[in-house]
Amino acid sequence: MLSLHLSQLDVQLLKLLAAAMLLLSFAMLSARRTQQLITLFAWQGAVLFLSTVLVAHEAGLPELYFSAALTLILKVITLPLILHLLIRRLGAQWDNEQLVNIPVTMLAGLVLVIFAFGLAQPISLLATTVTRHIIGIALAVILLSFLMMITRRKAVTQVIGFLAMENGLFFAATSATYGMPMVIELGIALDLLVAVFILGIFFFQIREQFDSLDLHHLESLREE
Amino acid sequence: MAFVWQFAEVILAIALAPLFVGWIAQCRAWMQSRSAPPLTQQYRMLRKLFSKDVALAQNASPLFRAAPYVLFATMVLAAAIIPSVVTDLPFARAADAIALIGLFATARVFQSLAAMDIGTSFGSLGARREMMVGFLAEPAILMVFFNAFLLFGTTDLTSLVDNHASHPSVIDPSVIFAAIAFVMVLLAENARIPIDNPATHLELTMIHEAMVLEYSARHLALVEWASSLKLFNYACIGIALFLPWGIAMHGEHMGAVLLALAALIVKLALCGAGLAMIETLSAKLRIFRAPEFLAMAFLVAVLGLLVHLLLGANPNA
Amino acid sequence: MNAQHVADFLNTVLIHPLGLTLAVAACWPVIALACLLRPHSIRYVARFLFPAGALVCVAMFLCAGTFLISGHAPEAMILPLGLPDLPFHVRLDALSAFFLMILGLSGAGISTFAAGYFRSGEGTAPGLLGLHYHVFLASMAVVMLADDAYLFMVAWETMALTSYFLVTSQHRIPEIRQAGFLYLLMAHLGAVCILLCFGVMQGGSWQFTFSAMRSASLTPFWATVAFTLALLGFGAKAGLVPVHVWLPEAHPAAPSPVSAMMSGIMLKTAIYGLLRITFDLLHVRFWQWGVAVLALGLFSGVFGAIFAAVQTDMKRLLAYSSIENVGLIFTGIGLSILFAASHMPLFAALALAAALIHALNHSLFKSLLFLATGSVMHATRQRSLGKLGGLIRFMPWVAALALIGTLASAGLPPLNGFVSEWLLLQAFLFTPQLPHAFVNMLVPLGAAALSLTVALAAYVMVKFYGVIFLGQPREASLHEAHHSNWLERIGLGWLAAGCVVIGVQPQLALHATGQATGMLVGRAVAPEPSIWRIAPVAPEQASYSGWIFMAVILCVVAITFLAVRLLAHGRVRRTAPWDCGYPWQNSRMQDTAEGFGQPIRHMFGAFFLMERTLPSPADLTPRYRIHIEDRFWRVFYKPLASGVQRLADAVAFLQGGRLSFYLLSSFLTLLGLLVFLLWH
Repeated sequence: MLSLHLSQLDVQLLKLLAAAMLLLSFAMLSARRTQQLITLFAWQGAVLFLSTVLVAHEAGLPELYFSAALTLILKVITLPLILHLLIRRLGAQWDNEQLVNIPVTMLAGLVLVIFAFGLAQPISLLATTVTRHIIGIALAVILLSFLMMITRRKAVTQVIGFLAMENGLFFAATSATYGMPMVIELGIALDLLVAVFILGIFFFQIREQFDSLDLHHLESLREE
Repeated sequence: MAFVWQFAEVILAIALAPLFVGWIAQCRAWMQSRSAPPLTQQYRMLRKLFSKDVALAQNASPLFRAAPYVLFATMVLAAAIIPSVVTDLPFARAADAIALIGLFATARVFQSLAAMDIGTSFGSLGARREMMVGFLAEPAILMVFFNAFLLFGTTDLTSLVDNHASHPSVIDPSVIFAAIAFVMVLLAENARIPIDNPATHLELTMIHEAMVLEYSARHLALVEWASSLKLFNYACIGIALFLPWGIAMHGEHMGAVLLALAALIVKLALCGAGLAMIETLSAKLRIFRAPEFLAMAFLVAVLGLLVHLLLGANPNA
Repeated sequence: MNAQHVADFLNTVLIHPLGLTLAVAACWPVIALACLLRPHSIRYVARFLFPAGALVCVAMFLCAGTFLISGHAPEAMILPLGLPDLPFHVRLDALSAFFLMILGLSGAGISTFAAGYFRSGEGTAPGLLGLHYHVFLASMAVVMLADDAYLFMVAWETMALTSYFLVTSQHRIPEIRQAGFLYLLMAHLGAVCILLCFGVMQGGSWQFTFSAMRSASLTPFWATVAFTLALLGFGAKAGLVPVHVWLPEAHPAAPSPVSAMMSGIMLKTAIYGLLRITFDLLHVRFWQWGVAVLALGLFSGVFGAIFAAVQTDMKRLLAYSSIENVGLIFTGIGLSILFAASHMPLFAALALAAALIHALNHSLFKSLLFLATGSVMHATRQRSLGKLGGLIRFMPWVAALALIGTLASAGLPPLNGFVSEWLLLQAFLFTPQLPHAFVNMLVPLGAAALSLTVALAAYVMVKFYGVIFLGQPREASLHEAHHSNWLERIGLGWLAAGCVVIGVQPQLALHATGQATGMLVGRAVAPEPSIWRIAPVAPEQASYSGWIFMAVILCVVAITFLAVRLLAHGRVRRTAPWDCGYPWQNSRMQDTAEGFGQPIRHMFGAFFLMERTLPSPADLTPRYRIHIEDRFWRVFYKPLASGVQRLADAVAFLQGGRLSFYLLSSFLTLLGLLVFLLWH
């Protein structure tokens, strides 16, 4: 069943979606405004949803439709909505982050992509799925989200980076093994939701304490 | 016969280029709810400029006076090389896409040198900004052509159009990446928003206008004509790379050529509207955000390359 | 009768090319000795002997050129000179002929220029200058002809020493002495590396001829050691980053023809040496070598271009630009190694041809530009870009010829610099086909670095030409700038003609490299489809025609000019330039060289070590000062220098000054050696 033949057009489309995923990761890496970042995150979720539906359709796996629906509800609608509300309540929607030199970050990102592609080559040879070439891109998305978290200093963006990383993981799972078992997926979804709630509460605490969401204030908490 | 086509195509490019610029200006005006200048505005301006006396700075050197002619000639040569209507062109083999980058660089260097000749502050300010945009744009455009090479195995525009016609419509993701990067470079290289504003005379922001400040009358006319030809050439390169359908192939008859001409005009009209749309929707960037913009163009092109290398290796999975 | 003579002569050349080449090269030492006859007569040395040297250069060019075109087999000879059981071996093959051609071609222009340039008061007596100059030329020729390590090293060291004397010809100026010392130091460090490299390559056979080394079988480890030493040694001579520090100091210190000679020709001997050892003697064993050379080359390219863009001294600017060009040449070599070791000979040949042609091109346009700065310096006594400007009006000849060099150096079609860069980019297009993971994704990005370098070079060249020749004169004294003399113009014109000819007819250069690439990587690039254009791989893949570029541009310029005159008019009204409503501007308010470099400083700030003092707004006599330093000094050389100093201090006690102590140490050494002998 796994070696089902995907039609030429669908492969093309899937590649296109994978490429769009990568492009969105880079867009997130270079986005300055928090609000922009949330929108990009929602778009990433949408691409993820589409590609999952495509894989589900082509591989004939009905359970993948469930995870696609989960993605749509959680990552395209709920989480961005919560985040939007959150930053509005925090008054952070116009936060403008002073990033480290964007071209340099981009170059670092490129190197990461090449690294991820190189790393994925042996894995994709082992995998049997039709989507195995996309593993490299999924890996790159994970690494890029990590890079985004490193270069940011605001609390909200850290969370978005974290969520984007999960997107990458999910994408990797879909492309490498046609998704994770349903139980695990549901668990992760619930975890994410809870995490966002808890982190939201944290934001309010941080802002209360330091009058800002800038994480460098947390540096003063260390023991001297 | 081929030379006739060649000659006709060059004349067509020279004649259409001001119209194309006029069309973009008109679309922009419509989109911005202004009343548009007539389509022929560019021609009227050229006629007016040609009839005026040249006001030449006292210390202008021969280089300053020769540069407009050289600029115009390089752009005409580029128009001769780029297959816009037919591919059966004797000069098309004189340069591949990479050599075309070199040709545009020649024009840029001449324009910058001429701008420095009088020794006013604006001139050299414009010159160094122009050169800066140039060195940022060149890696990006090279990567676009690299993408094209990986897809079609050639950087020669004529062969590229032929190959494209023989393998119809493979939507490779890298094509889309390359196209985005190409449009970004096109905007930067042709002094359009968001890098430069062709309609500005505000000192702090201008690039192209600062360079041509000392030119007047026929010299200015040639410079302006050359820059509209440059935009036209870029649009034609973009068409040859990404939308080559309709260009008449080697040895086709009159009907196909007429069809190709119609196709070209439709494509140019769409491109022009698209450019006007982009210019309307975006704001002019600060000059030191230009590196970021072009770095993004470069990045997108490289991503296309990488995606192609990873995904394109085995299309049937 | 006359035709018969010519045919006979050609026969001799074709039959004994090596003998003839040696005879031509031997003319230089003769001229050098003749310089000593009347060492203080500037007319005798400069106006008479230097043109003779130029003629010898032309002869050398013709010899090497005929050898390359005729496709003669390599020829070797053993000279009855040298050590008793190690006579000098010489050999002429395609590689050495190609570099001898560069030597002859550029040398002719430089010597002609030098004949008009040198005048009394250059610091050293003209006779001595002529002596060093011609021995320098001869030693470079011998480096390229040497076929054993001994002769190679002798010639190499002669080259270093004579060029040292030439650099320090104005030895009364302390900075120049210092620059010369740095140069000598780096030259010797490089020479030690090369010597060690030969030591490794003889592989225990104690045979120091190149033919023995060619057949020696080294283990991968020792081959890599030899390659690394060669890269370091020749890199130091060529100005590869990070062993480039001498170059921006020594080039500006030397008189202009000497700078031209060093940048145009001497750097190429290092390229020659690296090619000889890597390809011919070590037979390119591992593709990793290629990656190393490629990475160093690309870094040098970008580094050189960035530093050139912020210089304010015109010769330093050109020196950094030489680093950039050497970087491009090394990029080509690295790519060629990479392809050759991956068994892709056609692409290896393409990259190598690009590197060789770039070496030729660089020697032409960089010599031209250095010589032009010489003319400017003689005419204005200024070398700082901040005090020049507007010279196109006072020195039209130099300005016109320098414009050709500028455009060539900026890599613009239809001149020669573009040809090699285009070929190099073509070679890069095939790097995704390399059979190594990661490498086939990373190396294509090198093409972007390459095009960044080339475009930055254009930026640098616009700055160079614009600030010196265009704009308004920044000093009143520039109005008295005088013309160059006709010997200088002939020299400049010769080099400019070379730039144009190779630009429009690159087939000539590509054809000349065919033999050399055939020898080193086993094949030449694809034959050109017609005499009008070049297509290194296949005509439908990519082709370029300098002729059409040149012809169409000239025709359209002419037609447009006539059309405008006929259809419109040619009326001109001279007015003052527009002053933006601020009539108190003067020529010192023009954009400066520092100003032109500002975007580069802004964007690539991480490369520089900048010290800047800005004036306060209330300052009545504001001064802006910026000092830019190479980071390599701080991180690499300063610790090294202080380490050496400490070591020297530690052993300084040996030099106590007591004679008996010295005698004792000699005595102990002698005893030690005797014991060592006894032991064996």
